[in-house]
Amino acid sequence: MTEQKWTAIVDGSKSNNFDFKEIAKSKDLIFLWVRRNFVSRYKQTILGPAWAVIQPFFTTVVYSVFFGNIAGLGAQGVPNFIFYFCGTIIWNVFSGCLNNNANTFITNKHIFSKVYFPRLVMPISAAISQFINFAIQFAFMLIFWVYYLVSDAGISPNIYILMVPVVLVQLALLGMSCGVIVSSLTTKYRDLQMVVGFGVSLWSYCSPVAYDMFSRSALMPGSKFYPLYMLNPVTPGINIFRYAFLGTGQIDWLYYAISWIFTIVILAIAIRVFSRVEKTFLDTI
Amino acid sequence: MKELAIKVENVSKEYRLGMIGGGTLKAELQSKIAKLFHKDDPNLKIGQKVYGKNEKFLALDDLSLEINKGEAIGIIGHNGAGKSTLLKLICRVTAPTSGKIYINGRITSMLEVGTGFHEELTGRENVYLNGAILGMTKEEIDECFDEIVEFSEVGQFIDTPVKRYSSGMRVKLGFAVASHLNSEIMIMDEVLAVGDVNFQNKCINRMRRVAKEEGRTVLYVSHNMATVKGLCDRCIVLKRGKVAFVGPVEDAISVYVQNEKYDNTSYFDLTQVKRPSKCNLKHKLNSVEILDSKNGTVDYGEKVHLRLSWTSKPEADKLKMKFIIKCVDLTPVGISLLDEINYTEGENVRDFVLDTSYLIPGRYAIENVFYNEDENGNAEYYDRCICMRIEILHSDQSTKLKHWFKDWGNAVLPCITELS
Repeated sequence: MTEQKWTAIVDGSKSNNFDFKEIAKSKDLIFLWVRRNFVSRYKQTILGPAWAVIQPFFTTVVYSVFFGNIAGLGAQGVPNFIFYFCGTIIWNVFSGCLNNNANTFITNKHIFSKVYFPRLVMPISAAISQFINFAIQFAFMLIFWVYYLVSDAGISPNIYILMVPVVLVQLALLGMSCGVIVSSLTTKYRDLQMVVGFGVSLWSYCSPVAYDMFSRSALMPGSKFYPLYMLNPVTPGINIFRYAFLGTGQIDWLYYAISWIFTIVILAIAIRVFSRVEKTFLDTI
Repeated sequence: MKELAIKVENVSKEYRLGMIGGGTLKAELQSKIAKLFHKDDPNLKIGQKVYGKNEKFLALDDLSLEINKGEAIGIIGHNGAGKSTLLKLICRVTAPTSGKIYINGRITSMLEVGTGFHEELTGRENVYLNGAILGMTKEEIDECFDEIVEFSEVGQFIDTPVKRYSSGMRVKLGFAVASHLNSEIMIMDEVLAVGDVNFQNKCINRMRRVAKEEGRTVLYVSHNMATVKGLCDRCIVLKRGKVAFVGPVEDAISVYVQNEKYDNTSYFDLTQVKRPSKCNLKHKLNSVEILDSKNGTVDYGEKVHLRLSWTSKPEADKLKMKFIIKCVDLTPVGISLLDEINYTEGENVRDFVLDTSYLIPGRYAIENVFYNEDENGNAEYYDRCICMRIEILHSDQSTKLKHWFKDWGNAVLPCITELS
């Protein structure tokens, strides 16, 4: 009698079936899905991937004119344009990951209901798509950055540029986790879809995207609001990114460590909620 | 011991009845608060039944199954019997409420073809994407890409975006991808509903090859008994979430179609059998007995002696009779007529001979029709019901038919003779 082998066991009583090996096996699918997102987004557009740049470009223009010049909220000593551009694209990593994932279950329902594959493939590919977006925007930013560097406009890049990949990963993980939690809960409560739209833009006002926190007396280190403000897990990352490329502001490692802890906790919750919902969301959606 | 491909162990799948969630948080809170104060739920439609928390519906009820490796299994059952739920659970699209499912090998689910096709991508890109969704790696798709394109018959459009495809082309491409996966278990849910006749045949042949020659495990769900017969070695009949029958295809089909097990008997009591409403029962068949057979079996090439007993009412008119010979899935094979029967008022018991020598060995259901017809073909129906089942057995005379194939039909027509 030969021993019976099983490649997979589905157990109804187990609530969590997260399997990392399975995700690693689907790397081809992740790659193809990223490609699909990318190609399909820019098909039949005249400008194609240029759109990835146009959005942050105009956001930056508006920020520099209204917040920077008119309201005077920009940073001291650095050109407003590059200051806001840095802020916008790094913020986009977070918000893009969140937005792209917030509807995972609902938009992919027709696929999820027919075929099984590790569902986490979707959020992961959405995050990777966002990285590609960022790469395009970053390349664009570098053009201005080099220009300002050469024209000696007061920006001083430093060794902390090496920290940038870490910041990117952290913000992407954070955005992805928040998105995954939202998408898991929207399978039952569609209300959250509404919240995401304005919630993300509100969040951006709570983060140093459209203004420089270090020239605001209420938010400066040592001020009353500083500790509270820095608990926003996006803030330290944005600060590091700006400091590394522009030399403006400062880095607070304590709060960056806290934001990493926060990220990991959210990620753990996200994976748990996700793998719980993925099993039976078809019955509730 | 045979190696198993799938083992389903005491699996149940439960759905709550009634409204599941209001859809919005507000609606759900409203309902909860209303319930708390014993008021009517504001989100219920008038007259709608309120289901208690414990009212549940079991789509699958403590179901256990074993499927051997390399077997082609048909799953049949009426709508709502749990077929699709079972497939979904095996495909892991949704999880069982309780119980365990063991799977040995990779599964390709063809619950739908062309899952994940994206309108804007070309056929080629979609083949890779679809393949990856179904669990293939890029290299594996590279290997059989040409085969897929050839099978799909859309070769010249392969670099055109799928949004320009006709629905038939999409299905063809989708089927081509799915059927070329080299997974060990294939799960198919009536995917052949679209596509022209030629392509449907091609698909059936392809599936047959997958099942018979390549030794893969196939699970096939369909309402089309002809394809089930052509494809499967064994059948599972589901009924209200339970296994009603497991066994040979013919038996399973008869369980499914006639809702009863095929039991070998030679006496059929018809007094309780339901008749269609258009029958006026002026002549009513009460029973049929197969005379020279113990258990309803007849050797191939024999004639069958039948004893019919029926009741004729005084007002009844002329009586004609026909037997419609049917396969187990109730597809007709042919009919036998008797133009006029003499009868007396009240009980009649009469013997008849039915020539079954043209029937291929197998099981048959015979439907009796008592009727009368005027010259214009207007018929008056007295009685109509499945009056008996017979099984034709292989005999010495049937050696010619030893290698009979399922697609030859069920009747042997008169021989070809050479003109002299």
